[in-house]
Amino acid sequence: MNVVPPLIDLQVKVAQLDVSWVLNVLFYVVFIVFIFYGQRIQTYVMLREVEASLYKLKYIKEEGRKIAVETIKEIGKPQADPAVRVDRFMEYFTIGPQGLDPAGIVWKLEHILDVRDVRFKDEVKSMAPAADEIQTNNLENTLEAASALNFIYKVIRHYYLLGKKTLSLYIIMQIQMILPMVMREAEAYASALKAFAYGQPIGDGAGALVAAKLMHGYETRKVAKDCVAATVPFEGRTAFVIKAEGPGGNVGKPGDAIKAVIDENEGRIATVVMIDAALKLEGEELGEVAEGVGAAIGGPGVDQFKIEESLVQYHIPINAVIIKEDIGDAVSPLRKEIFDSMDKVIERVKQVILERTKEGDKVIIAGIGNTIGIGQ
Amino acid sequence: MTVTSQSTTATRISSFMLMVILVTLALSLVALIFGVSVLDQNSEAAWVLVLVGFLGVATSTYVLFQTRRRLSKLKIVVPPVITTIECKKCGVKDVREFQRGDYMFKELGPCQKCNDKMMITAIYREVKDKEKAKVPV
Repeated sequence: MNVVPPLIDLQVKVAQLDVSWVLNVLFYVVFIVFIFYGQRIQTYVMLREVEASLYKLKYIKEEGRKIAVETIKEIGKPQADPAVRVDRFMEYFTIGPQGLDPAGIVWKLEHILDVRDVRFKDEVKSMAPAADEIQTNNLENTLEAASALNFIYKVIRHYYLLGKKTLSLYIIMQIQMILPMVMREAEAYASALKAFAYGQPIGDGAGALVAAKLMHGYETRKVAKDCVAATVPFEGRTAFVIKAEGPGGNVGKPGDAIKAVIDENEGRIATVVMIDAALKLEGEELGEVAEGVGAAIGGPGVDQFKIEESLVQYHIPINAVIIKEDIGDAVSPLRKEIFDSMDKVIERVKQVILERTKEGDKVIIAGIGNTIGIGQ
Repeated sequence: MTVTSQSTTATRISSFMLMVILVTLALSLVALIFGVSVLDQNSEAAWVLVLVGFLGVATSTYVLFQTRRRLSKLKIVVPPVITTIECKKCGVKDVREFQRGDYMFKELGPCQKCNDKMMITAIYREVKDKEKAKVPV
């Protein structure tokens, strides 16, 4: 009896198939599927992309929380496990003032920010009772970075789940398009966490570092909340150098500090020079120094408003020197390129003051930014 | 300092996804072997099987490697931060890794050479050249 092995039988059958016919049918099937389900497939592809980033965000957020809890345990020596309180802190929110009637909104915003600041500090102090003032500031910054990561994760997760639920291409597309920028910001906050936990200087502190270099060796005095000033002889002029009080993580209230110094001198200030880190455009060099006019200060705008008010009152010109860096460098440990540009900044400030003021004049030099890891 | 923990749920890829990739890989391998074994019959179908098998193996291997690569990317890398300690009087310099509690202009112990106070004059991190972005224009 002639028995054909099943494998050979299958081989023969496959050989007999009209392959071009199969390929034709396959082509038409794919074509029709893409006509009707093309958008759906695109939606699924985008969802997969957002999902992959969401996994990464979740990992970063969990690491952030872990670092915050470990740092509090290490520095603060709490009696109980701080994890629950850290989780609560990460969910804190701030409601901005009503803007229907904008008159006086700055003062309302300032009040809310002050309340928030006091609340955060109290919370950190009770979480980490053994931490000193500097460590409390650093812990507050660490928790804020962890909180920012938690918020980013939640927003992306919200849009991902909403997109999955509705299968709306336009909801998913919105989040997919901004995802690279969001991920960059999240990665920046992730590297900031360690810097804050260890109290390392960050890129944002470039302005404060310039001020610290100028005032180092001179007597400092407190001029406003968390702000110090020193009177420094500078190229035949008297310079009032202002910065946030370091080395704890702190931006101070430079608006109040500048106003206080102007009022002390009854408006007899020849010029104000503000130094701050600024976001660079892609292609610009890290640590590049640029000069211009206006109040070089970020944040919610309260300090900028106060500075501008004081300057207008006495018609004082304002100059700005900025150090360019990207968001990642601004919140991560200070890079060598930024550190090396400090001398260039001082040189530029000197040039501005020599060109814009006369010998014997009084000037204000304000170094803006988070002074973490920078003394004075 | 590098955080390399990858055991969290955030880093785990779905087992369903892994199963799909592995099944595709297995089927593609079968198609490839089968196609090669019937190549001597010189039929068009044999070539199609070889092509489909090859593409299947290539695609599933690529996806598998991509997934592994994505996993290995999931870590928070913090580059080492350097602290420079200097004696302003005699200029003696000491460079070491950053320690908790270091800050700019912090005064430290006496200089071994002149007994004057040492001070932290620089804290920064250095990024290797290959990490720096090259601007084409």
